[in-house]
Amino acid sequence: MPHKLYLQDVTLRDGMHPIQHQYSKQQIRDIAMALDKAGVDAIEVSHGDGLTGGSFNYGFGAHTDWDWLEGIAENLQHAKLTTLLIPGIGTIEDLKRARDLGVVSVRIATHSTEADISAQHIEAARNLGMDVSGFLMMAHMNDARGLAQQAKLMEDYGALCVYVTDSAGALLMDGVRDRIRAFKDVLKSETEIGIHCHHNLSFGVANTIVAMEEGANRLDASLAGMGAGAGNCPLEVLVAVLNKMGKKHNADLFPLMDLADDVIRPMQQRPVQVDRETLSLGYAGVYSSFLLHAERAAEKYGLDTRAILNELGKRKMVGGQEDMIIDVALDMARKGQK
Amino acid sequence: MSKIKVAIIGPGNIGTDLMIKIIRNSANLEMTAMVGIDPKSDGLARAKRMGFITTAKGLAGLEEMPEWKDIKIIFDATSAKAHHYNWAIVEKYPDKRIIDLTPAAIGPFLIPPVNFDTSHQVRNVNMVTCGGQATIPIVAAVNRIAKVHYGEIVASIASKSAGPGTRANIDEFTETTTRAIEEVGGADKGKALIILNPAEPPVVMRDTVFTLSENADREAIRASVQEMVEEVQKYVPGYSLHQEVQFDDIPEDKPVFIEGLGLRHGLKTTVLLQITGAGHYLPEYAGNLDIMTSAAMSTGDKIAATM
Repeated sequence: MPHKLYLQDVTLRDGMHPIQHQYSKQQIRDIAMALDKAGVDAIEVSHGDGLTGGSFNYGFGAHTDWDWLEGIAENLQHAKLTTLLIPGIGTIEDLKRARDLGVVSVRIATHSTEADISAQHIEAARNLGMDVSGFLMMAHMNDARGLAQQAKLMEDYGALCVYVTDSAGALLMDGVRDRIRAFKDVLKSETEIGIHCHHNLSFGVANTIVAMEEGANRLDASLAGMGAGAGNCPLEVLVAVLNKMGKKHNADLFPLMDLADDVIRPMQQRPVQVDRETLSLGYAGVYSSFLLHAERAAEKYGLDTRAILNELGKRKMVGGQEDMIIDVALDMARKGQK
Repeated sequence: MSKIKVAIIGPGNIGTDLMIKIIRNSANLEMTAMVGIDPKSDGLARAKRMGFITTAKGLAGLEEMPEWKDIKIIFDATSAKAHHYNWAIVEKYPDKRIIDLTPAAIGPFLIPPVNFDTSHQVRNVNMVTCGGQATIPIVAAVNRIAKVHYGEIVASIASKSAGPGTRANIDEFTETTTRAIEEVGGADKGKALIILNPAEPPVVMRDTVFTLSENADREAIRASVQEMVEEVQKYVPGYSLHQEVQFDDIPEDKPVFIEGLGLRHGLKTTVLLQITGAGHYLPEYAGNLDIMTSAAMSTGDKIAATM
């Protein structure tokens, strides 16, 4: 029997990036309650780089993860409260603390070739009785078979679901299709498959639908696409498309449209859209969260953001290496490149 | 003076690289015995070929050998769990010391250019982590000029240089390094991040240090960092400042919110480092492993000089 569609909102996690992790506690609470009322299945809350991501390297949050998470779970009627943990940044101790605040589901994220650093975290999450998924970031940097082998490792560690995570928004539709098919080939039928897209090449919705047609049932999206780079798959658009396709889900379209336009868009200090900078992320295959850091470095050192992003792509930098943006900018400034 | 005889426990990558370093470069140490638990280990076979005493019966095996009484310093390159067992043996002999390269950290953390003088008399010292050895000297270099409120380090290593031990327990890296940034580096609050990069050809180890300190003379900080880099270069020749030290003002009206500290302002210092390995037993990109074995040998050399 196919798994039920499961819509996970990432407005309050990936959506941290465009506003530099500055949601107030009240905003998190209000948006979470509204999403719950509108029928999404899961709501992810944490710093954009996962639990305890607050740092010079990734940007300090307005609050700690614990402050953001506090008081949410007990007020949700339908949706699960979820979070993200990136091994190398957050630890099992952090996961326990989140669990104690009512988080019932977690995604353990690694680069697309490094699944084996997630073993202890996935096991710990299972032992804590949590729903746990593996989250293979920068999926375009591993081919379909290789990525599926990494997914298999996560399944072996105890993941109940594994995601194709297109952090750079660099995958074309066939790239998504091949990866989901490869997952289907190696994962057990009871293991769910998820898709997380970025809209840098304007494929956010299309790639999510392709993944669903190939068997992914956990779909990530955010209000007005609020997320790193050109944003994620926009939730209200996805729901409209699912409705037109006659797919069964729990979400309610109009309230999501209202939230996107009335609440989220006015918050975006930098518009979340496909423009020359965010398009460059997808084009060069660069981690979407690098965007604002690269824009700041470009301004500070008098460079073109696109040139910095291209160079980062050439150097094969992976998610989490935000410090290398300064390094690249200094190299370019010294060589007099614009 | 005659050289101090040493044994290495753990004939893996780290143990073998350390052995080669001691043979080639050590002023005060004499490589004497290699201890393992697997008779088929390549590292043990190599040590035996080179003419050293070997045993596959663990440290208890060496303890039964006549040469044991002359060995004064033991390097432990095994695992946190095995270290507890090894230390239980060494502890019985008041004339012997152990230098712990595992994450066990029974003894105090030791970063050679920062706190050798205050910790070397302890009979069990711990070498923190690769990222800690690379970055904590810099945190301390800033802290000796301007009080460091917060020290954050980012270690990027080539996937190929991260062994199964590191991969299976990456939390040990973040937690141990964080603690040492505070205890040895002098920051009120520490944070450690580690990233594995799978690029081919493998990327050379990079480390970045960010500190938030009191406002101070930037030139004095720059000079202190430069001096510390030169100190580390004495035992890790491939350790270098990859860019000029960068400074940013975090003004009082635009503070940052740091977990555990609250709103803080002051001077942000950014130090971008590169650590190229010596290429002894491990490839040059594995600066993370090189700095561990180099720091351990340097500590052994310095301890031997006091014996």
